[in-house]
Formats: sequence, C-alpha cells, structure tokens
Amino acid sequence: MNLFVGNLGQAGIILAFVAAAVAAYGYFQAARGRALGEADASWLRLARGAFFVHGAAVLTVVVCLFNIIYLHRYEYYYAWAHSSNHLPVQYMISCFWEAQEGSFLLWIFWHVVLGLGIMKFNKQWEAPVLAVFATVQTFLVSMILGVVVAGVKIGSSPFILLRDFMVDLPVWKTNPDFVPKDGSGLNPLLQNYWMVIHPPTLFLGFALTLVPFAFAIAGLWKKELTTWVKPALPWTALGGAVLGVGIMMGAYWAYETLNFGGFWNWDPVENAVYIPWLVLIAALHGMVLWQRRRTGLRTAFALVVATFVLILYATFLTRSGVLGNASVHSFTDLGLSGQLIIYLVFFAVGAIALLAYRWKSIPISEKELTAYSPELWVFIGATVLCLAAFQVVATTSIPVYNAFLGFIGIKSNLALPADQIQHYTRIQLWAGVLIGIVSGIAQVLWWRPAKEPVINSLATPTMLALLTTALVVLLTRYFGHAMSVPYVILLLAGLFAIMTNVSAIFGLWRRGVQLSGGAVAHLGIALMLLGILASAGYSNTISRNVSGKLISREMSDTDNENNVLLWRNETGAMNGYDVTYAGQYLDVPGVPGYVNTTLLYRTDDEYKAVARGEVKAGDKTYYHTGDTLGILPENTYYRVDYNDKKTGQKFTLYPRAQVNEEMGGLLASPALQRFWDHDIYSHISSVPDPRKEIPWSPAIPHELSVGDTLFLNDYFAVFRAIEQAHEVPGIKLLPGDIALQADMIVTGEKGRQYHAHPVFLLRDHQVGHIPEIVEDLGLKLTLDQIDPVKGKFTFAISTTGKDYIILKATEKPFINLLWGGTLLMGFGLVLSMRQRKAARAVAAAQPAGRTGTAHQQVAVS
Amino acid sequence: MKKSHIFILVVIAAAVGIIMSTMADASTYSTFTIARQQAAAGNPAKVHVVGTLPRDSDKRPVGLEYDPVVNPNYFAFTMVDTLHVAQRVVYRNPKPQDMDKSEQVVIVGAMKDGVFEADQILTKCPSKYVEKDLGKTGPPATAMNN
Repeated sequence: MNLFVGNLGQAGIILAFVAAAVAAYGYFQAARGRALGEADASWLRLARGAFFVHGAAVLTVVVCLFNIIYLHRYEYYYAWAHSSNHLPVQYMISCFWEAQEGSFLLWIFWHVVLGLGIMKFNKQWEAPVLAVFATVQTFLVSMILGVVVAGVKIGSSPFILLRDFMVDLPVWKTNPDFVPKDGSGLNPLLQNYWMVIHPPTLFLGFALTLVPFAFAIAGLWKKELTTWVKPALPWTALGGAVLGVGIMMGAYWAYETLNFGGFWNWDPVENAVYIPWLVLIAALHGMVLWQRRRTGLRTAFALVVATFVLILYATFLTRSGVLGNASVHSFTDLGLSGQLIIYLVFFAVGAIALLAYRWKSIPISEKELTAYSPELWVFIGATVLCLAAFQVVATTSIPVYNAFLGFIGIKSNLALPADQIQHYTRIQLWAGVLIGIVSGIAQVLWWRPAKEPVINSLATPTMLALLTTALVVLLTRYFGHAMSVPYVILLLAGLFAIMTNVSAIFGLWRRGVQLSGGAVAHLGIALMLLGILASAGYSNTISRNVSGKLISREMSDTDNENNVLLWRNETGAMNGYDVTYAGQYLDVPGVPGYVNTTLLYRTDDEYKAVARGEVKAGDKTYYHTGDTLGILPENTYYRVDYNDKKTGQKFTLYPRAQVNEEMGGLLASPALQRFWDHDIYSHISSVPDPRKEIPWSPAIPHELSVGDTLFLNDYFAVFRAIEQAHEVPGIKLLPGDIALQADMIVTGEKGRQYHAHPVFLLRDHQVGHIPEIVEDLGLKLTLDQIDPVKGKFTFAISTTGKDYIILKATEKPFINLLWGGTLLMGFGLVLSMRQRKAARAVAAAQPAGRTGTAHQQVAVS
Repeated sequence: MKKSHIFILVVIAAAVGIIMSTMADASTYSTFTIARQQAAAGNPAKVHVVGTLPRDSDKRPVGLEYDPVVNPNYFAFTMVDTLHVAQRVVYRNPKPQDMDKSEQVVIVGAMKDGVFEADQILTKCPSKYVEKDLGKTGPPATAMNN
C-alpha cells in the first residue's frame, strides 16, 4: 500500500483549487478599474505567481495519477477500475482519461498550457483574460476535489482508495490493507491507438474555445469592444481545426472499432461536440468579417459566447447522467449534476448579462449589404451553421426536457426519434447543400478582382460543377444505383464548392499571392460532404444471402437480411464475392500477423501457449514445436478470405471479437480492407459463445490396427503408425515416462488433410490421455487403450457442432474523401492561423519603419 | 421593412420549422398496451418500450429464440414491460451478445401482426456503469474465510 502518492495528489488538487481561486481574484483586482495593459503591478505579480503555482499543482496531480496507474497501485479505485497487469503502456495513457476525473484533469491541464501561452503571446491582455481562465479553472478543479463540506460532496477525486469506495466488501473487516492482485481492466473497446490521441485532441479543442470567450469577456469588461478580435482570431482558427479534427478522430475510431457500421451514429455524446464546433466555425466567420470588412462584430460576440456556453452544456449532457438510456457511451454518473448546473449557469448568465449590458455600445456597420457583397454570403453561411447546430441541440436535448419537466412535476415520456439518421439527415443534408453553395459564392466574391464582373468569376466553376454532376449521375446509373433528387443537389453543391474554391486558389496563385488557408479549408469541407454522401448514401451490403437457400419464415423482410452464416472452411457466395471463413486466430507478440489457434496449445496461464507446430510468418520461423509463447487472449480474430468474383482480386480480413463480461458479452470490432475508392468493412455479428464449454458428444470407441481407415460421417481418418512421442504440448516429459502417440491423417472437406497425434502417457503406472482436437472438423480423438498383445488400439471419438460465424460485410464507397477532406480542412485552418500571425507581425513591423516585407499581400479568409 | 428584418424573420421561421420537425419525429416511452392500441388504430409510429426479460430460477432468461443455422437474421424473445405486460418481440438481426445478462432492455419499434417488430435493442448491463464488485480480481475465497 502506498498512501503517499494519493495524499500528494489529493494535496495537489486542493492546492490547484485554492491557487486558481487566488489567481482569479488577483487578476480581477489587477485589471479592475484600469485600462487594458495597465494592470496593477503588485496584484498582477500575485496573480501570476498563483497561476504558476496552480500549473505546478496540476502537473503534480497528473504525475501522481499516472504513477498510480503505471505502477498498478490497485489500492486506489481509479487504477483498479480502469487498468490491469497485462495492459500495454500506451493504453495506460488511455486509462488515464477513461473516466470523468481523468478527462477533467486533461481539460484542466490544457487550460494551464493555453493560459501560459496567452501570458507569452498576448501580454497586454493577460490580466482580464486570465481572470476568466482562472475562474473557469476554479470551477473545473472543484469537479475533482472530492471533499465533503457541510455534508455536501464536492467533486469526485481520482485518488479515492478502493476501501473507501467499496466500503461494504467483507474483506476490509479481516484485512483492511487488502490490495487486489489485478485490476479489472480497461474497456477493450478503448484499447485502440485512436483512444490514445483522440481525447487529448478533443479536449485541447474544448480548451481552445475558452480563449476567444475569455478575450470577448475581457473586451466587454474593459470596453475594448473591437480590439479583442485580432489577438483572439488565430486561437479561434486553431480551435476550429483541433476540435474538428478531434471530432473526426472519434468518428474514425468508431468506424474502426464499433460495429454499428459507420463513422457517425448521432449518439448524444457525439452530438455534444458537433454542436459547439458548428457554432465555433460560425463565430470564426463573424470574427473574420469584423477583422477584414469591419462588419459583423455583434454576431462575433454572440457566437463566441454561444460556443463556450454550448461547450458547458455539452459537458453537462455527457457527464451529469441526464442522458440515461439515450446514449450508449456517456460517462458514469458521479452525482456531479448540481455542480455542473452551477458551472453552466454561472458562465451562461454572467456572459449573457455582460453582453446585453454592452450590446448597444458594440459598433455596427452602416454598410448596406447587397447580393454582390461577400459579407452577406458569409453571414448566410454562419446562419446556416447555427441553424444546423440548433436542430441537433433541439433533438439531443429531449432527455433534458423530460428531466426538467419531471423536476417541475410534469410527467413527460418523450424519447429520441426512432430513426435518428432519417431525422437528422432531413435538416443536415440541406444545411450541407447551403454550406456548399454559399461558401462557393462567398469565396469567389471575396477574392474577385475589383474590375472583374461577378458573372465571369462564377460562370466557369458553375459550368464545370454542372457538367461533372451530370457525368457522376450518369456513371452512378451505369453502375446500377439510383440517385434521389436531394442527393443530386448535394452532389452539385459539393462540386460547386470544390470548383469555386479551386478557382479561388488558382486565381490567387496566378496573381502571385500566398495560398489562402480559408479556400483550402472550404475545399476540405466540400470533399467531406462528398465523402459523406458517397459512403453513407451508397453503403452497399455485401453479406446478403445469395446462396439460393430459402428461409421460409421471413421472405417478406429480405431487406433486413444483412448477415450471413459461414461454416468454418466453407465458401459462401455473397453479393459479388466468394467468402470463406478460415478459422480462429490470435495475436502473438513478436510474430507479424496472427497465428491460427489450431497451432496453439492453451495452458493454464491465459497469456501463454505451447506451439503445436512451426509458427511461421512468411519464410521466417518464429517458434518451433513445443516452444512456449506469449499470446494476447482477449481478442479472437476470425479469418475471412474474400475473392472478388468480378476482378479475381483476393484479400483476407480478420474481424475480431472479444469476450467482455463487463460489457455483458462479446464485443465485435470490424476489419477493413482499404482501396483507393472504397473500403470493405466487415464484422462478426455472432459466433458460438466461446465462454461456454464445448458440448462433446459421448465418445464412441473404435478398435483399429496400424494401417486401418476409420470412417467418421463426412470424413475419414487413416491410422498410419504408432510412435514414441518426444514432445507433448503442455506437459514436460520426465525420465521413465512412456509416451506413445498415434500418427493419424484425417481428411476433411475438399480433401484438406489434418495431422492428429493423440498421446497415451504412462507415468508411474498411471495412464494419461492427451486427446487431439481437430477444431476445423469438430472432432476429438483420444487414444484410449493399447493392447500390445493383439496389436490393437482403441480410439475414442467425440464430435461437436461445427464452428461458424455470422458475418456482416458492407462496401463504403469513397470514404477516403471524408478523411482526406478532414485533413485538408484542418490544414487550411492552421494555414489561415499562421497567415494571421504573419499579418500581425507585418503590421507590427510597419510602424518601426521596417517595410521590407510589408508589401507582400497576405491572403487570409 | 428593412432587409435585415426579413432575414431575421426567415431565420425564425426556419428555427420554428426545426422545432416542429423535432417534435414530429420524437418518439415516446410507451408500453405494450399502448403500442397495441396504436397498431389497432392504424398508427405506424414507432415507440420505445422499457422492460425486462422473464427469467427462470437460475436467472437465465426464458423464451429466447435464436438459431443462426436456420436464420441468422431472426431473433425472437418475450419481454415484460414496466406494467408487467408480456409481449413477443421479433428483431430481424443477429441476437445482441449482451442480451442474456441485461438488467433492463429498451426496444424501439412498433406492433405488426401480433408481434412487436423491434428495429433497435438497447441493453443495460448490471456493471456497465460503476464497478461495485471485485469480480475475479477479488481476494481468493480462503482470504474471505479466515
């Protein structure tokens, strides 16, 4: 038992809390009643010191929590509940943020980093901006405080001891210092490299939304109603990129790991981050409008505040337990709802009140917008983004309406829509169409050289988009797919956005101007729209039963028959493919690929096996017969061979399933085969339960002599010889042992042959049998008796049902457009952030007389 | 009327439209009795029903019908809703693996020809949320006895 680490960590949390409160007060006093950049020096010094102490304390807490997980200190509930002895190091990092406390800590950590960044890059703004930061930090640290004040529990500490968490266990009475030998393990679905980088990215995105919010509040407070936009802009662009890429990383993880058959499921937890991202992007556009065209400042203010409030609302949704049954992966309810509501209400009411108070003083543009001004189109685009976000928030909040109505005594039984995909698509598809069209028009107008008529700038991209759309529709028809009107319109809008943005980039390049980050980001969004349209709209089920076998019961509902049964080693005909299930495999560390379980003799130690034959990968032999090797038993990989009937192309996929008592059964994860223009996505829907003992039929004895052939239903076995066994898997032979093995060849389907060596072992006048199991055929052969006088051998043969899998396979056309578009969008946003910084450096250099680089026009939008 | 006013009106109209579509698409938490009445009245709306699986004395669920060899896309079971009404449910997909252990089941669908046709099954398992039990990592039985 090591109580020191926990105590140190707990002390760190309390210090971080107190220091954040001191820093908040200090910065508040430093900035109060003084103009921007003229903060009170002594208060500033105190506040800055407190913020440094806060940062150091947060770092200590992080180190302590990681130490507990890394060194398997199971006396702590956090380590016990989320980790285990066999967990690889990289996944210990994911344990860190698997639960609420760790993910709060991650978020707090990013705020510290960003706060230090603002101290360095935006010195003038330090006091008022960090006053907001430190206040937020005080609230966030209170969530992991874990202290009881006047009978009210505040926060949930990650350093709680197992014995304090599970007080009722009888073991504490006999042994208060009991420490479990192993942890209960990380949810296997989270044992994925995306879960190592997705949460930090997402929380960095969350944290970055605080920056524009803090600047906006500082601007309202210090009556710097226009100057805050410029320093906040690069941070906002970075936030848009990081949050957007973070969301898509989550989508990619879901695509690769979960088996709902896609990358987006409209789960409230997914929606909760999608909503603020949409509004953040709208806010970014408002800020750019002000910075470049001196209009839209009120929009920028309102949307920046809305983004942060929506982040808080998302936090409340996913962490308070209000979603209940509505989400499959919200966090555990830690009873923090009250605290989360106070947090949400404090900032929402405070910020909105301050904004309302200053609203009349926020300058507005007198410019009348016409259809030729790009500002109008940017406004429309931002509005569409907000309306799209509004739909998702209105529907995702249904459990909140129930909870609220229940709270005031009205019984409500509203549930999320039965068909969520249809519900959301109805609005989101048209939002996508409008975004495509509006962003295209706005880009062209924004970069249009003053003399060129609008019609000229738009004509070429429009013509090209129409032509390409016609071509794609014809090709889609040619390949036998229908295309509904909304899809055609979305296709046209996406292509229009691509053509206009490419033409904008090309036009700028011809004029010798830098690459526009905005145009690149918009191009990325357009590609994402097309990727979503193709992969979700034209996802094609391959695993339809086309073998001609009639299933009497429900021929009416053939549309739903998306899963097929495949017997081991039998080939099934599916939609365009011949598919064969070729056995179960395990991951053996050090051996590339997977190893067939028929080559592995399992031992008492779950993580060890003995090789029954040469373990090879390619030409290299990694283990010889009888070697002991380490295995990872959690995942079973089901080898499925595909043969494309049209092209003759062959490939092998290993969809996996893991036994997971915690999640209540078997968890299947898909396997993907990637082609440039489509993915083949397949997962196991069901297998015979591997946890159940195999039910063997009663053994039937067969008496054979060497050379005899034995007929077993569909197979036959030749008993070729009896020989001395030198190696017996799983047993160490001692001197004096007599071990005999039968050499048999069993011929199965398609003439496939299996060597079987059942062993008869004599040790100290005791007989032992080591049967041979031919998994592929469901056969167990035991060498039961030996009659040396007559030369007769008795074999006991049992059989079991053959192994099978239920498989679902789909084709996802052009999904790479979505991932590629995401990267392009992120790249474009980061580019525009850098350009903004460059623009600022140029502007800063000018007054000093160094105009060397100032003539270079910087393209930003 | 200024242009900006027209713009605001359009936005408000869109927002109202969105709220109406949310309300129209929202399903309800219901019971089998109501689902049957709806089906009899010809209302095809899909509902959520919360319930449990009837179990035998060994806590094993009874009445689960899934034979992948016959049809991997047909799973039928009996569920008892919160008002203790039992109903046969058909799910035209493979049987969810966590069905046997589920503490509570939420199904989404509608009655059709005397059975409840479920499109979705959401299961809630006893330990899916907070660990309250040491499980196999716990102390060996001997440690408990002395």
